[in-house]
Amino acid sequence: MNGRATDPTHLHAEPGFAHQPSPEGLSKPWMGTIQAHIRLIACFALAVVILTLHHPIALLCALLLSCLAAALAGLNTAQTLRRMASLEGFMILVLLFLPFSIEGETLFSIAGFAASYEGLARALSLLAQSNAIMLLILALPGTLEAGELGQAMQRLHVPDKFIHLFLFTLRYIDVMRQEYRRLRQAMQTRGFQMRFSMHSWKSLGYLFGMLMIKSLERSERIVAAMLCRGFQGKFPSLTQERPLSQADLIFAVVMASCALGLLTLEWARAAS
Amino acid sequence: MAHIPDGVISWPVLAGGIVTTLAGCAYGLKKLDPVAIPRTAVLSATFFVAALVHFPVGPTSVHLMLNGLIGIVLGWVAVPAILVGLLLQALLFGFGGIIVLGVNTFNLAVPALLCHGLFQLSRRSQHPKIIIATAGACGFLGVGLTAVLVATSLALSGKEFASAAQLVVFAHLPIMLIETVFTAAAIALLLRVKPEALETDQGQELHLDHVQEDEQGKAYV
Repeated sequence: MNGRATDPTHLHAEPGFAHQPSPEGLSKPWMGTIQAHIRLIACFALAVVILTLHHPIALLCALLLSCLAAALAGLNTAQTLRRMASLEGFMILVLLFLPFSIEGETLFSIAGFAASYEGLARALSLLAQSNAIMLLILALPGTLEAGELGQAMQRLHVPDKFIHLFLFTLRYIDVMRQEYRRLRQAMQTRGFQMRFSMHSWKSLGYLFGMLMIKSLERSERIVAAMLCRGFQGKFPSLTQERPLSQADLIFAVVMASCALGLLTLEWARAAS
Repeated sequence: MAHIPDGVISWPVLAGGIVTTLAGCAYGLKKLDPVAIPRTAVLSATFFVAALVHFPVGPTSVHLMLNGLIGIVLGWVAVPAILVGLLLQALLFGFGGIIVLGVNTFNLAVPALLCHGLFQLSRRSQHPKIIIATAGACGFLGVGLTAVLVATSLALSGKEFASAAQLVVFAHLPIMLIETVFTAAAIALLLRVKPEALETDQGQELHLDHVQEDEQGKAYV
């Protein structure tokens, strides 16, 4: 066990805040030059296309495309692979059950239950779809900085209140995480150990009750500070618009043709 | 939280989730006073952090969903707050999908709204023990109903998911147990230390007089 895993205050997934601006001087990955709203639209459109695919070859191409996007976005390989491996528990259930619940040609059988070839194929295609889309999310909008995401949502006419809620929440996650660590460390020094027990759950409940009170008090200070600076319900920085560059247009065209290519592949295979 | 990834849910269910979530979000945002946005956001950030803490159960560990508690504290605003939380989890960690966000939000937000109603009812009793017991029930119900809704979305998406869907409900039992105690404790503390935090008229306490007198008050709408 490494030191991080034994640190009781560490959270399940260490937020790899991709939104934090990269240090000056580091070259931006190619994806970084593409405007945020183009990336958001491309991600949505490709996700919809990938969901319509069934043929193995088309799905394989979709996965390759997602890997390419991840490479262009400069995603950390080890971290991304770890994320892909950490499936939700119930997804594992769903995938394990599929070969047995779809009838078809028997592949093997366990304790009298036959696993079908069709079921296994369905489970694999499901896995390919969800991973391809997950990679796209991490690569296209996942590497954006908070401000860029806000601007992109503004351009796509997402309501202002939603954007503000989103940006404020993102801003304060790290602050509240530090507050949590402080309180948890204080409990630690008094000998608290997290167990499967009423006492542990109650203590954590009190901890977060306390954090909620702290966050309410903090929000009062935030509002007072905002009003003091004359906040008018708008962030001027969100409304700045850049004209589309050549790279943006090329990216949009390439993504659109990839989507069309995947659809054609699927139709051609389904027809044959 | 209960993240169904993209690829599992069928198109009709996806569409239903998107439409109901958009409608709920629109109503929630309408009820959200712009001055109360920082309050809602800092609370959402707290819930986000709490949902990442792992609770040991046997050899593995589970995570809280907290939709009962979110519902109690935020009311209708819980719908956009949950959507923001899920969006952030997808962008930061790759949990869940993007087209399936509507269904995932629906599955968490509907129990949250029910818990809100239940908790408001219990507050009429003015009896701390009843209120705290209801808070515990909200923790239990929030997770339980979400588990049932997740199972339902799976089962509606195809017969082949039926058996897995049943197991999903049982897999949530430990979380239900933990959240009952957790939510009751958190609300007990709030009731004792800052009972006004449980008033649902959000932002009332934050309203500074000059805001309403502002000539450009419309900028806040």
